[in-house]
Amino acid sequence: MTQSGSVEQTSRHQELGLTDDQAIDMYTKMKLARAFDERCLLLQRAGKINFHVSGIGQEAAQVGAAFALDRDQDYYLPYYRDYGFVLSVGMTMRELMLSVFAKAEDPNSGGRQMPGHFGSKRLRIVTGSSPVTTQVPHAVGLALAAKMKRKPFVSFVTFGEGSSNQGDFHEGANFAGVHKLPVILMCENNQYAISTPLHKQISGRISDRAAGYGFPGVRVDGNDLLAVYEAVKQARERAVAGEGPTLIEAMMYRISPHSTSDNDLMYRTKEEVDEHRDKDGIAKFRQYMIDCGIWSEEQEQTLLGRIREIVDDATAYGDAAPFPAPEDILLHVYGDQDGEGRA
Amino acid sequence: MPQIDYIEAIRQAMAEEMARDEDVFVLGEDVGHKGGVFTTTKGLLAQFGEERVMDTPLAESAIAGVAIGAAMYGMKPIAEMQYSDFMFPATNQIISEAAKIRYRSNNDWTCPVVIRAPIGGGIFGGLYHSQCPESVFFGTPGLKIVAPYSAYDAKGLLKAAVRDADPVLFFEHKKCYKLVTGEVPDDDYIVPIGKANVLREGEDLTVIGYSLPLHYTMEAAAELEQEGISAHVLDLRTLQPLDKDAILSAVRKTGKVLIIHEDNKTGGVGAEVAAIIAEELLYELDAPIMRLTPPDVPAMPINPPGEKFYMLNKDKVKKAMQQLALY
Repeated sequence: MTQSGSVEQTSRHQELGLTDDQAIDMYTKMKLARAFDERCLLLQRAGKINFHVSGIGQEAAQVGAAFALDRDQDYYLPYYRDYGFVLSVGMTMRELMLSVFAKAEDPNSGGRQMPGHFGSKRLRIVTGSSPVTTQVPHAVGLALAAKMKRKPFVSFVTFGEGSSNQGDFHEGANFAGVHKLPVILMCENNQYAISTPLHKQISGRISDRAAGYGFPGVRVDGNDLLAVYEAVKQARERAVAGEGPTLIEAMMYRISPHSTSDNDLMYRTKEEVDEHRDKDGIAKFRQYMIDCGIWSEEQEQTLLGRIREIVDDATAYGDAAPFPAPEDILLHVYGDQDGEGRA
Repeated sequence: MPQIDYIEAIRQAMAEEMARDEDVFVLGEDVGHKGGVFTTTKGLLAQFGEERVMDTPLAESAIAGVAIGAAMYGMKPIAEMQYSDFMFPATNQIISEAAKIRYRSNNDWTCPVVIRAPIGGGIFGGLYHSQCPESVFFGTPGLKIVAPYSAYDAKGLLKAAVRDADPVLFFEHKKCYKLVTGEVPDDDYIVPIGKANVLREGEDLTVIGYSLPLHYTMEAAAELEQEGISAHVLDLRTLQPLDKDAILSAVRKTGKVLIIHEDNKTGGVGAEVAAIIAEELLYELDAPIMRLTPPDVPAMPINPPGEKFYMLNKDKVKKAMQQLALY
């Protein structure tokens, strides 16, 4: 504590067991994710990359969740907007940019998949696909492996509110509930499934669905970094104690269009978006840090400068990196020697 | 060498692989206390316990998806689909996920899962307990597909599938379970995936197929031998990847080829086998490539005359073989 006024009173992040440095680190990860996202939108508009799918407005929940996990052993199944999450569990800005530019060195897929389709065995980020929600049963399978092998890890899976309508969500949640598996399911409810608003997707509350599967479901303010941290931390404690899964519904708003191929003003108004922009979890946490006396405008400027350097470096690196050799598309169909695809 | 049923061979393969490797486990509907609706997993729960012989909720996409997740961790799950007709809810998990996990992660993640499913009819199962789904999955690179004909192959191919580093669909014909018996070693062996097998040497025509219809073929070939027609019979054993060299040399041997299977004719495995032959051996053929399959109707009916009309049998196969031999 550097501010005299808060010497006697413990701040919220400290109550949750987070140090000031960790709070600052979380803020940094959110800012990195936002800066990456904004750079990608720019790169796409400039014609440098083909496509970007944005996570702007969802960083607080993503970073809050990641910091609540055991980042040395848990397994993660993030969905395609989770830049804040993957940056928090060890993916670097360069690695993200390599994916955006679809370069050979991209650890996620070697330039094969769209950006946002994360995967890294080294970081225990489980490879994902585009048909939504298939990752939920996978997370349950990893949790089953944890239980069978008596390992203390948990699996953590995210998905959108639209995805929560897929059979795989329900089948996976039910399986996890029956076997009391150490899995945390977090819905990033950003109010839109591409153009379709929440009220046309769901008539009840997503968090209430957990009751049907016999485990707790909690709704939390996804713009509140520390609230999400707390919810995921509790869910993890339950999981490792053998008490089974938890469903967390983090409420947020998708500030950006669905992707760079989407014109969101076809289905929502600028006023609506602006209203939510004012509730941004990043700005909210910066104010919190200032109020706690652990952050200053000077520190903010220093951080912005550093992030600019990181993003510039990664952009240049990703842009300059070589593409895979064209014929490399034939590789890794199967693992055995005859496993190459036939042209 | 002990003489055992096809279904016992499958059961033995699972028991041996589970004993050999503690990461191997079985999951599916009714596989535990009941031992499976066909008794394929009978006795496994008593031997290995509930955790490794897991009764799952009735939800095929979760059975496949959970198995895939566990496989990505390094487990070796054998997921049972109760009937292949009920496998379609899991198709997205199989085609979009299992088949592409190695490829899409650029060889970082792997998915060594086995998905077993009983195929085929002739058991008065009607439309939804009789189908052959091979063609739905065939043509999806990243998947391996095997369909054993004999008890020996059933055991050896399943053991190979469990040890394979990639996803394998194991299509066992439910009519073979008790009908087919054979000599099966009780020691450890595998039948390699990707290798076809010559069931019979012959000079006049070649029959290529897999699974149950080859039993009709072998009976027909024995009778035709008496009539002076000598048939060469190739069992594909693995549908994907196809053993192209074995197909070509089997056809080259006689210059006449009949391709048979119980799955639909249009878009079936036989269409691809025919295309391979046409691409490579057109000028070595002495007759047009011939296919014998059930008719292209959605699925077979439960009424006995209708089912009999649909299914292949020894007489239908023999007639087709005669026709081709006399061409």
